[in-house]
Amino acid sequence: MPAQVITITSGKGGVGKTTAVANIAVALASEGAKVVCIDGDIGLRNLDVILGLENRIVYDIVDVIEGRCRLRQAMIRDKKLPELYLIPAAQTRDKNAVSPSDMNRLIKDLRNDFDFVLIDSPAGIERGFKNAIAPADRVLVVTNPEISAVRDADRVIGILEAEEKGPGALIINRLNPALVKNHDMLSAEDVLDLLAVELIGIVPEDENVIIGSNRGAPVAFDPKSRAGQAFRNIAKRLRGEKVPFLDLDNTGGFWQRLQRLAGRK
Amino acid sequence: MNETNSLIQIKGLRDGLLVSLDDAPWETQRVALLEQVDTQLGFFQGARLALDVASQVLHVNDLVDLRDQLSERGIFLWAVISESPTTEKTAQLLGLATRISKPRPEEGRKFAVEDLGEETAMLLHRTIRSGTRIEFAGHVVVLGDVNPGAEIISEGNILVWGRLRGMVHAGAKGNRSAVICALELSPTQLRIADEVSAALRPQQNPRPELVRINKDGKLQAELWAPG
Repeated sequence: MPAQVITITSGKGGVGKTTAVANIAVALASEGAKVVCIDGDIGLRNLDVILGLENRIVYDIVDVIEGRCRLRQAMIRDKKLPELYLIPAAQTRDKNAVSPSDMNRLIKDLRNDFDFVLIDSPAGIERGFKNAIAPADRVLVVTNPEISAVRDADRVIGILEAEEKGPGALIINRLNPALVKNHDMLSAEDVLDLLAVELIGIVPEDENVIIGSNRGAPVAFDPKSRAGQAFRNIAKRLRGEKVPFLDLDNTGGFWQRLQRLAGRK
Repeated sequence: MNETNSLIQIKGLRDGLLVSLDDAPWETQRVALLEQVDTQLGFFQGARLALDVASQVLHVNDLVDLRDQLSERGIFLWAVISESPTTEKTAQLLGLATRISKPRPEEGRKFAVEDLGEETAMLLHRTIRSGTRIEFAGHVVVLGDVNPGAEIISEGNILVWGRLRGMVHAGAKGNRSAVICALELSPTQLRIADEVSAALRPQQNPRPELVRINKDGKLQAELWAPG
């Protein structure tokens, strides 16, 4: 079966696109899928760092497109997962080095050899974003539960609809259940109410995400992390499994949970 | 000049180029335009291009393809001008301008109240999302929500069968009897003719409301009841 090409985008910067790509890729590959991630953020590459593959880069995506190397030479194999590959972005060029049809050609060569192609889109709605969504079969829109991020996600979903890429599926990242409870943060329901699209994952705020990114070991490797679990669930949903959403409300200790179960609040 | 090129007229504007096409088949014209661009790439590169497509009916794919092909040649397509409402709608949904010079808000005052001759309306059966700007010379009916960051500018009435949270401007050319209705009214801003109102206080229990200009010349919301 040819690969599913999935682009992860957001509009606003800093909401966790690259982290989401790295973690979903790790989760998919841990379950035995053949995965290649492409860093579409040319000029500001990050995905290699988060995957811990920075020091292995020899060739990058612009080298492939401009014919300085073969596609296979630019693909870096992950340290732990033999079925996970990265095609890094060029750091010394800009978005205009690549066009949407370059991306389509590149992806066409990958489709038959992989189960999933994940594309990390840059922030914004300009050239880099257009490049990243051009080959996509499916688009995941990452947002945070805050008004500015949701407004930008709305704009991106509007563009996806206009370009007939489907409305996209939503990942709500960095939700803090305690803040939501005190009405200091938008809830997942508030976000969905406005955006009215399919939800594919809610990722709780978790400091292990930052620690993992800095170590080059995405949190999806960590069986105890709740954010890691949320990303693993997204990966399962991408493979067509039905997985219930995490109950993010059990922030209290064992006794509190027991009391809640007993209905004593 | 060979035959294909005579289909295309290119004019310089203050802020870019205006390419006018005629009613020959779209495919022929598209190819002709790209051919022309390729032969004079140095001239076109980096240009802002507005396209007048006369009465061609174009769909999303047509415009997206052309925009991407132009963008690969370093040309930025920013506007599509058309006599066809379908094409105009497509262009607006893609975020392209549909007029070369934007009318300034003051201009609205100069127009006398105009009879909307044929009472045409545009029906939008979708959520109007942030960044979308819909402009129409008749009434606008939305079956869906209008989200914050979206704009609808209509010369007639605006009816939203859903939640209105963006900016809408009814009677944009000065029709002070235009109205705005929505099932739930919590807009960023409302305008009717040249009256502007900042966000109305959101209702505790949202109800269908209708906004019109009252006797004192201010915008006023009331229950939107049948009849």
